[in-house]
Amino acid sequence: MAETASLEARLAAGERLNQEEAQGLWDLDLLTLGHGADRARRRLNPTDRVTFVIDRNINYTNICTSGCRFCAYFREPGSPEGFVLEPEALEQKLTELKDHGGTGVLLQGGLNPDLPFAYYEDLVRQIRGSGLGVHGFSPPEIAFMFRRFGLSLQEVLARLIEAGLTSIPGGGAEVLADRVRRQISPRKCNSREWLEVMAAAHESGLKTSATMMFGHLETRAERLEHLFKIRDLQDRTGGFLSFIPWTFQPGATALGGEPLGAVEYLRTLAVSRLVLDNVPHLQVSWVTQGPKIAQVALKFGADDFGSTMLEENVVAATGVGFRLSREEIKTLVRQAGYEPRVRDHRYNLL
Amino acid sequence: MASLRLADPALIPIYEKVKEKQRLSAADGLTLFQSSDLLGVGYLANIVRERLHGRRAFYIYNQHINYSNVCVNGCKFCAFGREAGQEGAYEMTLQEICAKVEARLHEPITEIHIVGGCHPTLPFSFYVEMLRSIKALRPEVHLQAFTAVEVAHLAEQNGSSVADTLQTLRDAGLGSLPGGGAEVFSTRVRQALCPQKLGPDGWLSVAQTAHRLGLNTNATMLYGHMESLEERVDHMLQLRKAQDETGGFLSFIPLAFHPQNTALDHLQGPSAFDDLKTLAVSRLLLDNFPHIKAFWIMLGPKMAQLSLCFGVDDVDGTVMEERITHMAGAQTPQGLTRSQLEALIREAGCVPVERDTLYRQVTEAAA
Repeated sequence: MAETASLEARLAAGERLNQEEAQGLWDLDLLTLGHGADRARRRLNPTDRVTFVIDRNINYTNICTSGCRFCAYFREPGSPEGFVLEPEALEQKLTELKDHGGTGVLLQGGLNPDLPFAYYEDLVRQIRGSGLGVHGFSPPEIAFMFRRFGLSLQEVLARLIEAGLTSIPGGGAEVLADRVRRQISPRKCNSREWLEVMAAAHESGLKTSATMMFGHLETRAERLEHLFKIRDLQDRTGGFLSFIPWTFQPGATALGGEPLGAVEYLRTLAVSRLVLDNVPHLQVSWVTQGPKIAQVALKFGADDFGSTMLEENVVAATGVGFRLSREEIKTLVRQAGYEPRVRDHRYNLL
Repeated sequence: MASLRLADPALIPIYEKVKEKQRLSAADGLTLFQSSDLLGVGYLANIVRERLHGRRAFYIYNQHINYSNVCVNGCKFCAFGREAGQEGAYEMTLQEICAKVEARLHEPITEIHIVGGCHPTLPFSFYVEMLRSIKALRPEVHLQAFTAVEVAHLAEQNGSSVADTLQTLRDAGLGSLPGGGAEVFSTRVRQALCPQKLGPDGWLSVAQTAHRLGLNTNATMLYGHMESLEERVDHMLQLRKAQDETGGFLSFIPLAFHPQNTALDHLQGPSAFDDLKTLAVSRLLLDNFPHIKAFWIMLGPKMAQLSLCFGVDDVDGTVMEERITHMAGAQTPQGLTRSQLEALIREAGCVPVERDTLYRQVTEAAA
């Protein structure tokens, strides 16, 4: 009880939490956590602004050798349902996005052994050529490229930047605890490599986000391990712009099971805000939580509503089908008493 | 210490009242609704919830039967009602109703929840027979049947008083009344949305007549359409006054309006903030109601779970087949299993308690 009271006092004072104190956060009730996270949000983002980006998630291929057990989207090489996005189809998607006032593309794909490096460079060039930003290639994709093409990590990043890459999404982090990764994604880069790619990206001047997909085999302590790894790297590089925790959706996956509920999502969101005192933005995941919980999440530390996701395929493959338009996002933000503002992928207000 | 938890200073005088167990005023209710401090409002509601129920959260193993959607009222917020002969209109025969009950005799159902429309031609004997037949199949089950609106309509069909009608229904097996049909008590709103429907005085009179006969009832409020916050507060305070007089209400159930397929489909329905505040404010204003229920069918399992941290102590039941809200476009599943409901409650930090209609704990042996 005394420990809880002193933890609440530390939260009120906005002091940095160590691992042991962070472990104590799980003992606080939901509203106490929310209250602390809301104060932390106000310290980092004092205005009533809630930002979002108009974009689409373009997946250039669903062929993937990673075979992660939580994924319902990928197909094995050779599968008749596999695809690789061609320039003509990409152009159509870009035109449609621009018609909707989009500013950038979230570009991600599977680890496809049949693509040459030039394919990735051409993708980036084509998107930039149409005047859109490229928030592309999560760390596992970049790790796959440098292995496959015998390049150094720095060379891969330099060539993608040369082609026009503007920032890197924080995907593929899942939970940065190797016990968990060995079970759910044994063929994907380990947590050290994920962090190395991000460190190199930050050093080469790219801003990135970081994600955490939780609610499968990990413990709460492993979620904290993930948060502290992000915080430590951010202390060194300062390159993370935002953190995006979201819950595993078990539908149509090898891993299966029941999805986590809204309360545990909000608790984890609040804990993220409280631990990551050096990452400026925290994003809600309406695509997994739905509009109502996403709205409530604005009181649990989040200051960003993510994106319109004109196109989203990966979560949709699990059967979770929330969709929101730009106007719907604005309404949800306003109803909660905040001011909606459109941003780009680097969090510049537009 | 508490002021640390309230971001909105306007809530501090209300906190003082809550702490001293003083009754809140209409002005307090409005202040709570108008506050942007959602977590502060939840914090206050949770004080009352914990005082009454600790961390217990109730659910029931129940079955819904919507025997007919034919209705003379034509309320604009309803996607369920049909005129007689209209496409989609239905009425179940007694045989069909019995078949639904028989199909689930192997399940540990403790309550059957029966609601329909105000049917223009079904005779009073149909309703009496329905209750008798179900009781014959399942004598131990509690029948929570017929909203105050239906009861007033049946009294008319029966050519008898509400009290006599309720007595006859009770003799046939009626155990309690659900809380539907209250909508919002505001005359302004009812003129616009449901002018044909039994008015507030009639609704409260049926509920209080039931209470005086020893029958418990629930009370609802349909919110998130055209009513003002003042009208919501007034609705709750009218219920509080009635409860002071007869004391038979068990739970208050705010119902989130679902606009799809209704004559009001241009509206959006309430926001999540609105849902949680309405539940929390009702916990704070209705100091004489034992229970506040979040009907997960309308709110969705995620919001129902979250509401347990905002003053709610009951998430309703396992249901399985529900027509009224689903015809209004509810995206929620038709049923949750007992283990899903219990997991949802535990994850919210509460202790699941299976209850019967009268909020007595159902023990493993009885279940």
